[in-house]
Amino acid sequence: MNDLHQLTISQAHQLLKEKKVSSVELTKATLARLIKVEDKVHACVTISEDAALEQAKEADKVISSGKIKPLTGIPTLIKDNMCTKGIKTTCSSKILENFIPPYDATVIEKLKADNAVILGKTNMDEFAMGSSTENSAFFPTRNPWDLDRVRGGSSGGSVVAVATDEAIYALGSDTGGSIRQPAGFCSVVGFKPTYGRVSRFGLVAFASSLDQIGPITKTVADCALVLNAIAGHDPRDSTSAPHPVPDYNKALIPELKNLRLGIPKEYFVEGMQNEVRASTEAAINKLKELGAKVDWDASLPRTKHALAVYYILAPSEASANLARYDGVKYGFSYQDTNNMWEAMEKTKQFGFGAEVKRRIMLGTYALSAGYYDAYYLKAQKVRTLIRREFDQAFEKYDALITPTSPTVPFKIGEKVDDPMQMYLSDVCTLPINIAGLPAISIPAGFADGLPMGMQIIGKPFDEETILRIAFAYEQATDWHKRKPPI
Amino acid sequence: MKLSSEEVKHIALLARLGLSEAEIEKFRVQLSNILENFEILKQVDTTDLPPTAQSIALQNVLRPDETKPSYPVEDILANAPQRDSNCFKTRAVLE
Repeated sequence: MNDLHQLTISQAHQLLKEKKVSSVELTKATLARLIKVEDKVHACVTISEDAALEQAKEADKVISSGKIKPLTGIPTLIKDNMCTKGIKTTCSSKILENFIPPYDATVIEKLKADNAVILGKTNMDEFAMGSSTENSAFFPTRNPWDLDRVRGGSSGGSVVAVATDEAIYALGSDTGGSIRQPAGFCSVVGFKPTYGRVSRFGLVAFASSLDQIGPITKTVADCALVLNAIAGHDPRDSTSAPHPVPDYNKALIPELKNLRLGIPKEYFVEGMQNEVRASTEAAINKLKELGAKVDWDASLPRTKHALAVYYILAPSEASANLARYDGVKYGFSYQDTNNMWEAMEKTKQFGFGAEVKRRIMLGTYALSAGYYDAYYLKAQKVRTLIRREFDQAFEKYDALITPTSPTVPFKIGEKVDDPMQMYLSDVCTLPINIAGLPAISIPAGFADGLPMGMQIIGKPFDEETILRIAFAYEQATDWHKRKPPI
Repeated sequence: MKLSSEEVKHIALLARLGLSEAEIEKFRVQLSNILENFEILKQVDTTDLPPTAQSIALQNVLRPDETKPSYPVEDILANAPQRDSNCFKTRAVLE
Protein backbone atom coordinates (compact mmCIF):
# COMPACT_ATOMS: atom_id res chain seq x y z
CA MET A 1 0.00 0.00 0.00
CA ASN A 2 1.65 3.19 -1.18
CA ASP A 3 -1.02 5.63 -0.14
CA LEU A 4 -1.29 5.00 3.59
CA HIS A 5 -0.89 8.73 4.23
CA GLN A 6 -4.30 9.31 2.63
CA LEU A 7 -6.11 7.31 5.31
CA THR A 8 -8.47 8.82 7.85
CA ILE A 9 -8.08 7.98 11.53
CA SER A 10 -11.01 5.54 11.36
CA GLN A 11 -9.55 3.74 8.33
CA ALA A 12 -6.04 3.61 9.77
CA HIS A 13 -7.36 2.32 13.09
CA GLN A 14 -9.17 -0.51 11.37
CA LEU A 15 -6.04 -1.59 9.46
CA LEU A 16 -3.89 -1.38 12.60
CA LYS A 17 -6.42 -3.34 14.63
CA GLU A 18 -6.64 -6.07 12.01
CA LYS A 19 -2.82 -6.05 11.85
CA LYS A 20 -2.90 -5.44 8.11
CA VAL A 21 -0.56 -2.52 8.64
CA SER A 22 1.89 -1.68 11.44
CA SER A 23 2.27 1.72 13.03
CA VAL A 24 5.89 1.79 11.84
CA GLU A 25 4.74 1.27 8.22
CA LEU A 26 2.05 3.91 8.57
CA THR A 27 4.48 6.35 10.20
CA LYS A 28 7.15 5.81 7.53
CA ALA A 29 4.62 6.28 4.72
CA THR A 30 3.30 9.49 6.26
CA LEU A 31 6.80 10.83 6.89
CA ALA A 32 7.71 10.09 3.27
CA ARG A 33 4.68 12.06 2.09
CA LEU A 34 5.54 14.88 4.52
CA ILE A 35 9.09 15.17 3.23
CA LYS A 36 7.87 15.07 -0.36
CA VAL A 37 5.39 17.97 -0.14
CA GLU A 38 7.03 20.02 2.60
CA ASP A 39 9.23 21.92 0.12
CA LYS A 40 6.11 23.26 -1.54
CA VAL A 41 3.87 24.04 1.43
CA HIS A 42 6.20 24.71 4.43
CA ALA A 43 3.74 23.43 7.02
CA CYS A 44 6.27 22.22 9.61
CA VAL A 45 8.88 23.96 11.75
CA THR A 46 10.21 20.80 13.43
CA ILE A 47 10.14 17.21 12.18
CA SER A 48 10.91 14.72 14.96
CA GLU A 49 11.45 11.64 12.81
CA ASP A 50 13.46 9.54 15.29
CA ALA A 51 11.12 10.15 18.22
CA ALA A 52 8.14 9.39 15.97
CA LEU A 53 9.57 6.04 14.86
CA GLU A 54 10.27 5.13 18.51
CA GLN A 55 6.68 5.98 19.38
CA ALA A 56 5.47 3.90 16.42
CA LYS A 57 7.47 0.86 17.60
CA GLU A 58 6.01 1.30 21.07
CA ALA A 59 2.50 1.59 19.58
CA ASP A 60 3.01 -1.66 17.66
CA LYS A 61 3.83 -3.43 20.94
CA VAL A 62 0.68 -2.04 22.53
CA ILE A 63 -1.37 -3.17 19.51
CA SER A 64 0.15 -6.67 19.70
CA SER A 65 -0.92 -6.89 23.33
CA GLY A 66 -4.49 -6.11 22.26
CA LYS A 67 -4.75 -2.71 23.96
CA ILE A 68 -5.37 -0.54 20.91
CA LYS A 69 -7.26 2.75 21.33
CA PRO A 70 -8.66 4.89 18.48
CA LEU A 71 -5.51 7.05 18.15
CA THR A 72 -2.93 4.35 18.93
CA GLY A 73 -0.16 4.22 16.36
CA ILE A 74 -1.58 7.01 14.19
CA PRO A 75 0.72 9.87 13.08
CA THR A 76 -0.19 13.42 14.02
CA LEU A 77 1.30 16.92 13.88
CA ILE A 78 1.00 19.53 16.62
CA LYS A 79 0.80 23.31 16.34
CA ASP A 80 4.04 24.70 17.69
CA ASN A 81 2.45 26.51 20.64
CA MET A 82 1.78 23.32 22.61
CA CYS A 83 4.63 22.23 24.86
CA THR A 84 6.30 18.97 23.89
CA LYS A 85 8.86 17.66 26.37
CA GLY A 86 12.30 17.47 24.79
CA ILE A 87 11.07 18.81 21.42
CA LYS A 88 11.40 22.49 20.53
CA THR A 89 8.30 24.64 20.97
CA THR A 90 8.89 27.91 19.18
CA CYS A 91 5.48 29.57 18.62
CA SER A 92 7.12 30.42 15.26
CA SER A 93 8.88 33.22 17.14
CA LYS A 94 12.51 34.21 17.30
CA ILE A 95 12.11 34.71 21.04
CA LEU A 96 11.40 30.97 21.56
CA GLU A 97 13.47 29.71 18.61
CA ASN A 98 15.56 27.41 20.84
CA PHE A 99 13.09 26.74 23.67
CA ILE A 100 12.84 23.07 24.68
CA PRO A 101 9.98 22.57 27.17
CA PRO A 102 10.71 20.55 30.32
CA TYR A 103 7.15 19.17 30.29
CA ASP A 104 4.28 18.10 28.02
CA ALA A 105 1.03 20.03 27.61
CA THR A 106 -1.96 18.09 28.96
CA VAL A 107 -3.21 17.37 25.42
CA ILE A 108 0.21 15.91 24.53
CA GLU A 109 0.18 13.76 27.69
CA LYS A 110 -3.23 12.48 26.67
CA LEU A 111 -2.13 11.68 23.10
CA LYS A 112 0.98 9.92 24.42
CA ALA A 113 -1.10 7.93 26.92
CA ASP A 114 -3.04 6.64 23.89
CA ASN A 115 0.27 5.87 22.09
CA ALA A 116 -0.25 8.41 19.34
CA VAL A 117 2.75 9.09 17.05
CA ILE A 118 3.91 12.71 16.98
CA LEU A 119 5.71 13.54 13.73
CA GLY A 120 6.60 17.11 14.62
CA LYS A 121 5.43 20.68 15.10
CA THR A 122 3.63 22.94 12.67
CA ASN A 123 4.12 26.52 11.54
CA MET A 124 1.83 29.29 12.76
CA ASP A 125 1.46 33.03 12.95
CA GLU A 126 3.90 34.13 15.67
CA PHE A 127 2.26 33.49 19.07
CA ALA A 128 -0.95 32.65 17.13
CA MET A 129 -1.45 36.30 16.23
CA GLY A 130 -2.61 36.48 12.65
CA SER A 131 -5.00 35.27 10.00
CA SER A 132 -2.61 34.08 7.30
CA THR A 133 0.48 32.36 8.79
CA GLU A 134 2.47 35.19 7.18
CA ASN A 135 3.46 36.35 10.67
CA SER A 136 5.66 33.30 11.28
CA ALA A 137 9.19 34.48 12.09
CA PHE A 138 10.53 31.62 9.98
CA PHE A 139 8.57 31.35 6.70
CA PRO A 140 4.98 31.59 5.42
CA THR A 141 3.03 28.39 4.90
CA ARG A 142 1.46 27.99 1.44
CA ASN A 143 -2.09 27.05 0.51
CA PRO A 144 -2.00 23.71 -1.34
CA TRP A 145 -5.06 24.77 -3.39
CA ASP A 146 -3.15 27.78 -4.74
CA LEU A 147 0.44 28.32 -3.63
CA ASP A 148 0.15 32.09 -4.14
CA ARG A 149 -2.68 32.38 -1.63
CA VAL A 150 -2.65 32.31 2.16
CA ARG A 151 -3.85 29.23 3.93
CA GLY A 152 -5.39 31.19 6.75
CA GLY A 153 -4.14 31.44 10.25
CA SER A 154 -2.96 31.12 12.77
CA SER A 155 -3.02 27.30 12.78
CA GLY A 156 -2.03 27.37 9.08
CA GLY A 157 0.66 24.71 9.35
CA SER A 158 -1.60 22.18 11.08
CA VAL A 159 -4.41 22.73 8.58
CA VAL A 160 -2.18 22.49 5.49
CA ALA A 161 -0.56 19.36 6.92
CA VAL A 162 -3.95 17.64 7.13
CA ALA A 163 -5.08 18.94 3.71
CA THR A 164 -1.94 17.55 2.06
CA ASP A 165 -1.83 14.24 4.00
CA GLU A 166 1.41 15.16 5.81
CA ALA A 167 -0.34 13.80 8.90
CA ILE A 168 -3.52 11.81 9.49
CA TYR A 169 -4.77 14.58 11.80
CA ALA A 170 -3.40 17.57 13.71
CA LEU A 171 -4.02 19.77 16.73
CA GLY A 172 -4.50 23.51 16.46
CA SER A 173 -5.50 26.32 18.78
CA ASP A 174 -8.23 28.90 18.25
CA THR A 175 -8.36 32.33 19.89
CA GLY A 176 -10.46 34.21 17.31
CA GLY A 177 -10.83 31.68 14.49
CA SER A 178 -7.33 30.24 14.22
CA ILE A 179 -8.57 26.67 13.69
CA ARG A 180 -11.81 27.35 11.77
CA GLN A 181 -10.72 30.09 9.36
CA PRO A 182 -7.72 28.17 7.93
CA ALA A 183 -9.78 24.93 7.93
CA GLY A 184 -12.32 26.72 5.74
CA PHE A 185 -9.55 28.05 3.48
CA CYS A 186 -8.05 24.58 2.99
CA SER A 187 -11.17 22.36 2.96
CA VAL A 188 -10.61 20.31 6.13
CA VAL A 189 -12.59 19.89 9.35
CA GLY A 190 -11.57 22.25 12.17
CA PHE A 191 -13.26 22.32 15.57
CA LYS A 192 -13.01 24.82 18.40
CA PRO A 193 -14.59 23.23 21.47
CA THR A 194 -16.37 25.21 24.21
CA TYR A 195 -13.99 27.32 26.30
CA GLY A 196 -13.01 25.04 29.20
CA ARG A 197 -13.70 21.75 27.39
CA VAL A 198 -10.01 21.03 26.65
CA SER A 199 -7.20 21.82 29.08
CA ARG A 200 -4.96 24.75 28.18
CA PHE A 201 -2.14 23.57 30.46
CA GLY A 202 1.03 23.70 28.38
CA LEU A 203 -0.53 25.80 25.61
CA VAL A 204 1.63 28.91 25.31
CA ALA A 205 -0.73 31.69 26.42
CA PHE A 206 -1.92 34.32 23.93
CA ALA A 207 -5.33 35.49 25.26
CA SER A 208 -6.19 33.28 28.20
CA SER A 209 -9.95 33.91 28.26
CA LEU A 210 -10.29 33.10 24.54
CA ASP A 211 -7.70 30.39 23.72
CA GLN A 212 -8.90 26.83 23.14
CA ILE A 213 -7.21 23.74 21.64
CA GLY A 214 -9.07 21.64 19.08
CA PRO A 215 -8.83 18.92 16.41
CA ILE A 216 -8.08 19.40 12.70
CA THR A 217 -9.12 16.31 10.74
CA LYS A 218 -10.11 14.95 7.33
CA THR A 219 -13.62 13.90 8.42
CA VAL A 220 -16.19 14.71 11.10
CA ALA A 221 -16.00 11.16 12.48
CA ASP A 222 -12.25 11.66 13.00
CA CYS A 223 -12.96 14.95 14.74
CA ALA A 224 -15.16 13.11 17.28
CA LEU A 225 -12.37 10.59 17.92
CA VAL A 226 -9.75 13.27 18.59
CA LEU A 227 -12.13 15.26 20.78
CA ASN A 228 -12.83 12.11 22.81
CA ALA A 229 -9.09 11.80 23.41
CA ILE A 230 -8.29 15.39 24.41
CA ALA A 231 -11.43 16.68 26.20
CA GLY A 232 -11.90 16.68 29.95
CA HIS A 233 -11.24 18.44 33.22
CA ASP A 234 -7.66 19.10 34.26
CA PRO A 235 -6.78 20.30 37.76
CA ARG A 236 -3.74 22.11 36.30
CA ASP A 237 -6.00 24.45 34.30
CA SER A 238 -8.37 26.16 36.71
CA THR A 239 -10.52 27.34 33.77
CA SER A 240 -11.10 23.81 32.51
CA ALA A 241 -14.67 22.72 33.12
CA PRO A 242 -15.47 19.96 35.63
CA HIS A 243 -18.28 18.67 33.39
CA PRO A 244 -18.56 15.02 32.30
CA VAL A 245 -17.39 14.36 28.74
CA PRO A 246 -19.81 12.36 26.56
CA ASP A 247 -18.73 9.82 23.95
CA TYR A 248 -18.74 12.03 20.85
CA ASN A 249 -18.97 9.02 18.52
CA LYS A 250 -22.55 8.62 19.66
CA ALA A 251 -23.38 12.10 18.36
CA LEU A 252 -22.79 11.04 14.76
CA ILE A 253 -26.38 10.57 13.57
CA PRO A 254 -26.90 11.28 9.86
CA GLU A 255 -30.31 12.98 10.04
CA LEU A 256 -31.47 16.33 11.36
CA LYS A 257 -35.19 15.86 11.91
CA ASN A 258 -36.71 18.65 14.02
CA LEU A 259 -33.38 20.37 14.66
CA ARG A 260 -33.90 24.13 14.70
CA LEU A 261 -31.22 26.07 12.85
CA GLY A 262 -30.87 29.85 12.90
CA ILE A 263 -29.11 31.76 10.12
CA PRO A 264 -27.94 35.05 11.67
CA LYS A 265 -28.21 37.62 8.90
CA GLU A 266 -25.41 39.78 10.33
CA TYR A 267 -22.90 37.11 9.27
CA PHE A 268 -23.72 37.70 5.64
CA VAL A 269 -21.71 40.88 5.80
CA GLU A 270 -21.18 43.71 3.43
CA GLY A 271 -18.19 42.99 1.23
CA MET A 272 -18.90 39.28 1.36
CA GLN A 273 -17.96 37.45 -1.83
CA ASN A 274 -21.06 36.54 -3.88
CA GLU A 275 -19.88 32.99 -4.55
CA VAL A 276 -19.30 32.44 -0.83
CA ARG A 277 -22.83 33.65 -0.12
CA ALA A 278 -24.28 31.33 -2.79
CA SER A 279 -22.30 28.30 -1.58
CA THR A 280 -23.33 28.91 2.02
CA GLU A 281 -26.99 29.20 1.05
CA ALA A 282 -26.73 25.97 -0.95
CA ALA A 283 -25.18 24.23 2.05
CA ILE A 284 -27.98 25.46 4.33
CA ASN A 285 -30.59 24.21 1.85
CA LYS A 286 -28.92 20.82 2.04
CA LEU A 287 -29.34 20.86 5.84
CA LYS A 288 -33.02 21.60 5.27
CA GLU A 289 -33.30 18.58 2.94
CA LEU A 290 -31.83 16.50 5.75
CA GLY A 291 -34.73 17.43 8.00
CA ALA A 292 -33.65 20.59 9.79
CA LYS A 293 -36.00 23.52 10.34
CA VAL A 294 -34.25 26.58 9.02
CA ASP A 295 -34.99 30.16 10.09
CA TRP A 296 -33.32 32.60 7.69
CA ASP A 297 -34.30 35.58 9.82
CA ALA A 298 -32.23 34.96 12.94
CA SER A 299 -30.51 38.08 14.14
CA LEU A 300 -27.51 38.84 16.35
CA PRO A 301 -27.25 42.64 16.08
CA ARG A 302 -24.25 42.84 18.44
CA THR A 303 -22.13 41.06 15.82
CA LYS A 304 -21.01 44.43 14.50
CA HIS A 305 -19.34 45.19 17.84
CA ALA A 306 -17.48 41.89 18.11
CA LEU A 307 -14.44 42.95 16.09
CA ALA A 308 -13.74 45.95 18.34
CA VAL A 309 -14.37 43.92 21.51
CA TYR A 310 -12.02 41.20 20.32
CA TYR A 311 -9.22 43.56 19.30
CA ILE A 312 -9.34 45.22 22.71
CA LEU A 313 -9.61 42.07 24.85
CA ALA A 314 -7.21 39.76 22.98
CA PRO A 315 -4.31 42.27 22.80
CA SER A 316 -4.91 43.31 26.43
CA GLU A 317 -4.57 39.73 27.60
CA ALA A 318 -1.64 39.20 25.25
CA SER A 319 0.21 42.23 26.57
CA ALA A 320 -0.02 40.78 30.10
CA ASN A 321 0.87 37.23 29.01
CA LEU A 322 3.85 38.27 26.88
CA ALA A 323 5.42 40.38 29.63
CA ARG A 324 7.08 37.14 30.79
CA TYR A 325 9.53 37.16 27.86
CA ASP A 326 12.12 39.21 29.70
CA GLY A 327 15.19 37.25 28.61
CA VAL A 328 15.90 35.93 32.12
CA LYS A 329 14.32 32.49 32.47
CA TYR A 330 14.22 31.17 28.89
CA GLY A 331 14.16 32.28 25.29
CA PHE A 332 16.13 34.85 23.34
CA SER A 333 18.05 37.23 25.60
CA TYR A 334 19.79 40.43 24.55
CA GLN A 335 23.21 40.29 26.21
CA ASP A 336 25.11 43.35 25.02
CA THR A 337 24.38 45.61 28.00
CA ASN A 338 24.67 45.72 31.78
CA ASN A 339 21.47 47.72 32.16
CA MET A 340 18.51 45.57 33.22
CA TRP A 341 15.82 47.71 31.56
CA GLU A 342 17.74 48.01 28.31
CA ALA A 343 18.26 44.25 28.22
CA MET A 344 14.53 43.67 28.70
CA GLU A 345 13.51 46.23 26.09
CA LYS A 346 15.97 45.01 23.47
CA THR A 347 15.14 41.35 24.14
CA LYS A 348 11.56 42.12 23.12
CA GLN A 349 12.55 44.52 20.33
CA PHE A 350 14.69 41.91 18.56
CA GLY A 351 12.76 38.82 19.74
CA PHE A 352 9.22 39.74 18.65
CA GLY A 353 7.88 40.37 15.14
CA ALA A 354 5.74 43.31 14.00
CA GLU A 355 2.26 41.89 14.71
CA VAL A 356 3.21 40.75 18.22
CA LYS A 357 4.63 44.19 18.99
CA ARG A 358 1.53 45.86 17.54
CA ARG A 359 -0.74 43.82 19.83
CA ILE A 360 1.43 44.38 22.90
CA MET A 361 1.21 48.13 22.20
CA LEU A 362 -2.55 48.01 21.62
CA GLY A 363 -3.19 45.97 24.76
CA THR A 364 -0.89 48.05 26.93
CA TYR A 365 -2.71 51.17 25.76
CA ALA A 366 -6.17 49.67 26.44
CA LEU A 367 -5.09 48.70 29.97
CA SER A 368 -3.22 51.91 30.82
CA ALA A 369 -4.30 54.51 33.34
CA GLY A 370 -6.94 56.82 31.90
CA TYR A 371 -7.95 54.43 29.11
CA TYR A 372 -8.83 51.26 31.05
CA ASP A 373 -12.50 52.21 31.55
CA ALA A 374 -13.00 53.49 28.01
CA TYR A 375 -11.47 50.47 26.30
CA TYR A 376 -10.86 47.34 28.39
CA LEU A 377 -13.78 47.61 30.81
CA LYS A 378 -16.12 48.80 28.06
CA ALA A 379 -15.16 45.83 25.89
CA GLN A 380 -15.76 43.42 28.79
CA LYS A 381 -19.24 44.88 29.25
CA VAL A 382 -20.09 44.59 25.56
CA ARG A 383 -18.80 41.03 25.83
CA THR A 384 -21.59 40.42 28.34
CA LEU A 385 -24.14 41.65 25.79
CA ILE A 386 -22.69 39.49 23.03
CA ARG A 387 -22.90 36.40 25.22
CA ARG A 388 -26.46 37.20 26.33
CA GLU A 389 -27.51 37.64 22.73
CA PHE A 390 -26.20 34.16 21.88
CA ASP A 391 -27.92 32.72 24.98
CA GLN A 392 -31.22 34.21 23.81
CA ALA A 393 -30.74 32.88 20.29
CA PHE A 394 -30.15 29.39 21.69
CA GLU A 395 -33.56 29.47 23.36
CA LYS A 396 -34.96 29.38 19.82
CA TYR A 397 -32.33 27.41 17.92
CA ASP A 398 -30.28 24.28 18.49
CA ALA A 399 -27.44 25.65 16.39
CA LEU A 400 -26.49 28.62 14.22
CA ILE A 401 -25.08 28.36 10.69
CA THR A 402 -22.78 30.91 9.03
CA PRO A 403 -19.97 31.00 6.49
CA THR A 404 -16.58 30.47 8.15
CA SER A 405 -15.08 33.45 6.34
CA PRO A 406 -16.64 36.14 4.12
CA THR A 407 -14.17 35.45 1.28
CA VAL A 408 -12.02 32.72 -0.20
CA PRO A 409 -8.28 32.80 0.63
CA PHE A 410 -6.60 36.08 -0.28
CA LYS A 411 -3.21 36.47 -2.01
CA ILE A 412 -0.03 36.24 0.04
CA GLY A 413 1.10 39.75 0.94
CA GLU A 414 -2.24 41.33 0.04
CA LYS A 415 -3.20 42.36 3.59
CA VAL A 416 0.06 42.12 5.49
CA ASP A 417 0.54 45.89 5.73
CA ASP A 418 -3.09 46.66 6.48
CA PRO A 419 -3.88 45.28 9.93
CA MET A 420 -7.57 46.34 9.88
CA GLN A 421 -8.20 44.48 6.59
CA MET A 422 -6.45 41.41 8.01
CA TYR A 423 -8.51 41.59 11.22
CA LEU A 424 -11.74 41.68 9.15
CA SER A 425 -11.04 38.23 7.69
CA ASP A 426 -11.95 36.77 11.12
CA VAL A 427 -15.25 38.63 11.40
CA CYS A 428 -17.37 35.45 11.31
CA THR A 429 -15.30 33.46 13.78
CA LEU A 430 -14.25 35.78 16.60
CA PRO A 431 -17.69 36.44 18.15
CA ILE A 432 -17.74 32.73 19.03
CA ASN A 433 -14.55 33.01 21.12
CA ILE A 434 -15.88 36.12 22.84
CA ALA A 435 -18.93 34.10 23.93
CA GLY A 436 -16.85 30.95 24.63
CA LEU A 437 -19.05 28.76 22.39
CA PRO A 438 -18.15 25.62 20.44
CA ALA A 439 -18.03 25.86 16.63
CA ILE A 440 -16.81 23.78 13.71
CA SER A 441 -15.81 24.60 10.14
CA ILE A 442 -16.46 21.90 7.57
CA PRO A 443 -15.82 21.81 3.80
CA ALA A 444 -18.93 23.25 2.14
CA GLY A 445 -18.06 24.04 -1.43
CA PHE A 446 -15.83 26.03 -3.71
CA ALA A 447 -15.90 29.61 -4.93
CA ASP A 448 -13.66 30.59 -7.83
CA GLY A 449 -12.11 27.12 -7.56
CA LEU A 450 -11.00 27.83 -3.99
CA PRO A 451 -12.43 26.11 -0.94
CA MET A 452 -14.84 27.64 1.54
CA GLY A 453 -16.14 26.45 4.89
CA MET A 454 -19.48 26.39 6.65
CA GLN A 455 -19.44 27.25 10.34
CA ILE A 456 -21.81 25.52 12.76
CA ILE A 457 -22.09 27.19 16.17
CA GLY A 458 -23.54 25.38 19.20
CA LYS A 459 -24.64 25.95 22.78
CA PRO A 460 -21.97 25.89 25.48
CA PHE A 461 -20.81 22.30 26.08
CA ASP A 462 -23.14 20.97 23.38
CA GLU A 463 -20.43 19.80 21.00
CA GLU A 464 -22.65 16.83 20.15
CA THR A 465 -25.29 18.77 18.19
CA ILE A 466 -22.58 20.45 16.13
CA LEU A 467 -20.97 17.11 15.32
CA ARG A 468 -24.34 15.64 14.40
CA ILE A 469 -25.11 18.44 11.92
CA ALA A 470 -21.59 18.34 10.50
CA PHE A 471 -21.70 14.57 10.15
CA ALA A 472 -25.10 14.56 8.44
CA TYR A 473 -23.93 17.23 5.98
CA GLU A 474 -20.68 15.40 5.27
CA GLN A 475 -22.52 12.13 4.61
CA ALA A 476 -24.76 13.91 2.11
CA THR A 477 -21.98 15.73 0.22
CA ASP A 478 -18.52 14.97 -1.09
CA TRP A 479 -16.65 18.27 -0.73
CA HIS A 480 -14.43 16.65 1.91
CA LYS A 481 -13.24 14.06 -0.62
CA ARG A 482 -11.67 16.66 -2.93
CA LYS A 483 -7.94 16.89 -2.52
CA PRO A 484 -5.69 19.83 -3.37
CA PRO A 485 -3.67 19.45 -6.59
CA ILE A 486 -0.32 18.77 -4.94
CA MET B 1 -8.18 59.09 18.14
CA LYS B 2 -4.83 60.35 16.83
CA LEU B 3 -1.80 59.25 18.82
CA SER B 4 1.32 61.38 19.11
CA SER B 5 4.87 60.00 18.95
CA GLU B 6 5.20 60.86 22.64
CA GLU B 7 2.17 58.70 23.49
CA VAL B 8 3.53 55.80 21.45
CA LYS B 9 6.86 56.07 23.29
CA HIS B 10 5.04 56.17 26.63
CA ILE B 11 3.08 52.99 25.83
CA ALA B 12 6.30 51.26 24.71
CA LEU B 13 7.90 52.24 28.02
CA LEU B 14 4.96 50.81 30.00
CA ALA B 15 5.35 47.56 28.05
CA ARG B 16 9.17 47.67 28.34
CA LEU B 17 9.23 47.16 24.59
CA GLY B 18 12.10 48.67 22.63
CA LEU B 19 11.07 50.28 19.32
CA SER B 20 13.08 51.86 16.52
CA GLU B 21 12.17 55.37 15.28
CA ALA B 22 10.64 53.79 12.16
CA GLU B 23 8.50 51.45 14.28
CA ILE B 24 7.32 54.35 16.45
CA GLU B 25 6.05 56.19 13.37
CA LYS B 26 4.52 53.05 11.82
CA PHE B 27 2.68 52.12 15.03
CA ARG B 28 1.57 55.74 15.56
CA VAL B 29 -0.31 55.63 12.26
CA GLN B 30 -1.56 52.03 12.53
CA LEU B 31 -2.65 52.19 16.16
CA SER B 32 -4.47 55.49 15.55
CA ASN B 33 -6.37 53.82 12.73
CA ILE B 34 -7.23 50.76 14.82
CA LEU B 35 -8.36 52.91 17.78
CA GLU B 36 -10.66 54.83 15.44
CA ASN B 37 -12.37 51.54 14.64
CA PHE B 38 -12.99 51.01 18.37
CA GLU B 39 -15.12 54.19 18.52
CA ILE B 40 -18.09 52.02 17.49
CA LEU B 41 -18.33 50.75 21.08
CA LYS B 42 -19.29 54.22 22.27
CA GLN B 43 -22.71 53.67 20.66
CA VAL B 44 -23.43 50.79 23.04
CA ASP B 45 -25.24 51.58 26.29
CA THR B 46 -23.51 49.53 28.99
CA THR B 47 -25.02 51.20 32.05
CA ASP B 48 -25.40 48.74 34.95
CA LEU B 49 -23.92 45.87 32.91
CA PRO B 50 -21.42 43.59 34.64
CA PRO B 51 -18.16 42.96 32.77
CA THR B 52 -17.41 39.42 31.53
CA ALA B 53 -13.84 38.33 32.20
CA GLN B 54 -14.28 34.80 30.91
CA SER B 55 -17.16 32.82 29.50
CA ILE B 56 -17.73 29.95 31.92
CA ALA B 57 -19.12 30.61 35.36
CA LEU B 58 -16.33 29.13 37.44
CA GLN B 59 -15.19 31.12 40.43
CA ASN B 60 -12.55 30.60 43.09
CA VAL B 61 -11.37 27.20 41.94
CA LEU B 62 -9.54 25.69 44.91
CA ARG B 63 -7.34 22.64 45.29
CA PRO B 64 -6.27 20.64 48.34
CA ASP B 65 -3.11 22.04 49.92
CA GLU B 66 -0.95 18.98 49.31
CA THR B 67 2.73 18.83 48.50
CA LYS B 68 3.74 17.29 45.21
CA PRO B 69 7.13 16.84 43.57
CA SER B 70 8.19 19.88 41.55
CA TYR B 71 10.18 19.86 38.32
CA PRO B 72 13.89 19.02 38.67
CA VAL B 73 16.04 22.17 39.04
CA GLU B 74 18.26 21.12 36.13
CA ASP B 75 15.27 20.77 33.79
CA ILE B 76 14.02 24.25 34.64
CA LEU B 77 17.45 25.86 34.35
CA ALA B 78 18.20 24.10 31.06
CA ASN B 79 16.67 26.99 29.08
CA ALA B 80 18.26 29.77 31.16
CA PRO B 81 20.14 32.32 29.03
CA GLN B 82 22.55 32.80 31.95
CA ARG B 83 22.87 30.89 35.20
CA ASP B 84 25.02 30.90 38.30
CA SER B 85 25.07 27.56 40.17
CA ASN B 86 21.39 26.83 40.91
CA CYS B 87 20.06 30.30 40.09
CA PHE B 88 18.97 32.32 37.08
CA LYS B 89 21.52 35.08 36.60
CA THR B 90 20.17 38.53 35.95
CA ARG B 91 21.52 42.07 35.89
CA ALA B 92 21.57 44.28 38.98
CA VAL B 93 18.14 45.80 39.69
CA LEU B 94 19.58 48.43 42.04
CA GLU B 95 22.90 49.99 41.13
